[in-house]
Amino acid sequence: MTLTTDTATGDAAGELPGDEATRLSTAPPPPPRGSVVAPVRRAWRSLVSMRTALLLLFLLALASVPGSFLPQRNLNPVEVQAWSTDHPTLAPLLDRLSLFDVFASPWFAAVYLLLFVSLIGCLSSRLRLHARALRTPPPDVPRVLARLPSHERWTSSQDANAVLADARRSLRRSRWRVVTRELPDGGSGLSAEKGYLRETGNLLFHVSLVLLLVGVAMGGLFGFKGTVLVKEGDGFANTILAYDDISPGRQFDADRLVPFSFALDEFQGTYDDDGKALTFLARLRFSDSSAEPTTPYDLRVNHPLEVGGAKTYLLGHGYAPKVVVTDVEGNRLEQTVVCLPQGATFLSTCVIKVPDAAGEQLSFEGVFTPTTVQDPETGRVTSVYPAPENPALTVLGYRGDLGLDSGVPQSVYQLEDRSRLEPIGDGATPVMLTEGQTWELPGGGSLTFVETTEWATFQVTQDPGKLVALVAGTGMVVGLCLSLFVRRRRLWLRVVPAGGRTADGRTVIEVAGLARTAPEAFEAEFAQLVERLRPTPARTPQEDLA
Amino acid sequence: MTDAALAQLSDRLFLATVLLYALAMLAFAAEQAARRSSRVADATAAGLSVRSAAAARTRAMAGGATTTLEAPAQPQLAEPRRRSSRAGAVGLLLTGVGVVVHVGSVVARGLAADRTPWGNMYEFSSMVALIAVSIFLVLVATGRVDRGLGAFVMLPAVLYLGLAGTVLYTAAGPLVPALDSYWIKIHVFAAILASGAFLLSGVVALLYLLRVRHDAQVAAGGAPGFPVSLGASLPAARVLDRVSYAVIAFAFPVWTFAIIAGAIWAEAAWGRYWGWDPKETWSFITWVLYAGYLHARATAGWKGTKAAWIGVAAAVALVIDYYVVNIFVVGLHSYG
Repeated sequence: MTLTTDTATGDAAGELPGDEATRLSTAPPPPPRGSVVAPVRRAWRSLVSMRTALLLLFLLALASVPGSFLPQRNLNPVEVQAWSTDHPTLAPLLDRLSLFDVFASPWFAAVYLLLFVSLIGCLSSRLRLHARALRTPPPDVPRVLARLPSHERWTSSQDANAVLADARRSLRRSRWRVVTRELPDGGSGLSAEKGYLRETGNLLFHVSLVLLLVGVAMGGLFGFKGTVLVKEGDGFANTILAYDDISPGRQFDADRLVPFSFALDEFQGTYDDDGKALTFLARLRFSDSSAEPTTPYDLRVNHPLEVGGAKTYLLGHGYAPKVVVTDVEGNRLEQTVVCLPQGATFLSTCVIKVPDAAGEQLSFEGVFTPTTVQDPETGRVTSVYPAPENPALTVLGYRGDLGLDSGVPQSVYQLEDRSRLEPIGDGATPVMLTEGQTWELPGGGSLTFVETTEWATFQVTQDPGKLVALVAGTGMVVGLCLSLFVRRRRLWLRVVPAGGRTADGRTVIEVAGLARTAPEAFEAEFAQLVERLRPTPARTPQEDLA
Repeated sequence: MTDAALAQLSDRLFLATVLLYALAMLAFAAEQAARRSSRVADATAAGLSVRSAAAARTRAMAGGATTTLEAPAQPQLAEPRRRSSRAGAVGLLLTGVGVVVHVGSVVARGLAADRTPWGNMYEFSSMVALIAVSIFLVLVATGRVDRGLGAFVMLPAVLYLGLAGTVLYTAAGPLVPALDSYWIKIHVFAAILASGAFLLSGVVALLYLLRVRHDAQVAAGGAPGFPVSLGASLPAARVLDRVSYAVIAFAFPVWTFAIIAGAIWAEAAWGRYWGWDPKETWSFITWVLYAGYLHARATAGWKGTKAAWIGVAAAVALVIDYYVVNIFVVGLHSYG
């Protein structure tokens, strides 16, 4: 890829004299023709050409589009499932084209890898050329300075050497690179150049892009992400088995898991009058080993807990009513039931399975409503607010074999095998319990809704490429600013004629300048430079040669 | 002042801003119209004075050297010019006052809600328009562009603000927990700054394309019809191209920074710095397209209109990034 360069504005290009000295671009010269490896070289050159790079850039943008409109597995696997159910014919086709995993698809990788190959191919030669340019002194003074876009001529009573020495000092002071030249016509002059940082910044930006890819790859290979649901009063120790769901990098090794543990003492959510969430807070105690966690930490959104390279984030929350079930023999079986929220007001679905009940197994299914409102006519319960202002548990009960021994794993959130379940009571009228209320089950046993507790989900991540990516990002911004705002420009000064004297014994000085980018801005700078280089700014018209 | 009163003040100032910008637009348009008619008058007058000079010469030759030239049509010309320059100055003044009132509206919003005043789509849009109009004023003040562009810039600004104030309007209120971070000041402000500049550059790029088409039609000897005929009152294509580039060159590093700041924030809030969330994806697409614009502008065969079209496509991607993604696509950035 040919990088954006000095000719970025492109206005002045084409109107400039074709002098070697005035060539500001450092783009690589064309290769020699007729070589044996010509076809390979031609293919390589077309890959690293700007046209190809531009096409690849647009292809990359285009390739990203489906990833934002179709559900993606990495973001929301449930939604992909739902979409596939809704579009049974289209979904398998799209899936075969990796359209549900756009950013992990081979064709997406092909585009960005080609782009990076093109970029690296171009970068290597550009880096070499720039390194050479940094060592090369500014080019010779062009023979005819008057042809350059910015040009000025005046005379001075100072002698030639003094003029040159002054000019040299003045330019050096404002950080121009200056070389004194003896001219072929016997006069002497200066070549000066400034703004090398433009190309340096340009290269820094593109090198940083490559570094960014390295950082992302490191995260993808050696990173780890896992999520876990923890109820109030419970704890978590960082081992693979403790997670509900993990997505390790391809080269991730379980030994790399940072040892730490935490306990969730309390979860608090606050809401405004409309039920919009204001704050979430998980009060934790943690430890940087598997020892009993003791150090308190208030985990909030935007404030993850960091222990030795592993970061723990608060991801979500919900309600977990604590219930006590007694069986026909009077055994007390206590449970904290994780209920799944179904919307903004946190009406949550709950399933209670009591496989250890004496006699027949017991199970319950229903909803938890944090702020309960019951329709007086239909008896339907809803929740009107996400905080537990008026919590209730409304359930139907069943007796009978839950089918847990069949060997098929079951979800704890669903009654999956209902074949042997008999409803308790009429099986159609749910029973609503508020905190402390007990349902005496017809046929023996009871269900008591003891109190409302909450659960929270946490995400633990380890990303060893993060720092690399941050450094790369910083390099990109710095490089961009330099490459867009620094202007490369050249300045030449010539003292004429030979001997540096006119007929009346004055030294004639000629200055010319050239900038490829923002010529308007350079005009002003050039005028200032001329002003500074002239010993006395005010000239009478007679003294002026022009 | 109570929060409710401040919120009401903010809304009133917003309305006043839209009115001021609309009036500014009319003033700029009046200047344009006057300039156009004076150009016509110029042409006619030039024809007249040539004829009268010829007549005078004939008379001078016939009747001696004492004949003075007939007074040229100068008085008739000077009148619309003066009026037009007054209209343009009034347009600038109205825009300037509008910007001040606009800032007042934003500040009152921030005080009413007791937070950074860019926490929802309405506030974001208001800020984006404020930035775009301010950059336009800076460009005019620094002499980079003629204020004749005013009508063309203020029209989309007024429409944009009108939509923001009606469709997207959200009453002053607190933020959702995920937005409660100092990064909202940094990431979102950078995004607003870049967006305002990008949208302005998109408008200028469209005007450039219009001007180029106009010039081509005139060069081919045709008389351009509406809307291409509007190109006559635009600055030269070169100027428009350069302004569009300068604004993008300013905005691109800012946009890059906004994305990186967003990544840092995402790392703190969601546990990963990049996750191809729809908003992230479209920010990336926008970024890639502007990168394409900058490269295209330095590539033979892509300069000029092709590059301008890329600039327009990138601005469209930006609009999708903000509006389509927020309204129609569910993602982590869906805050309403």
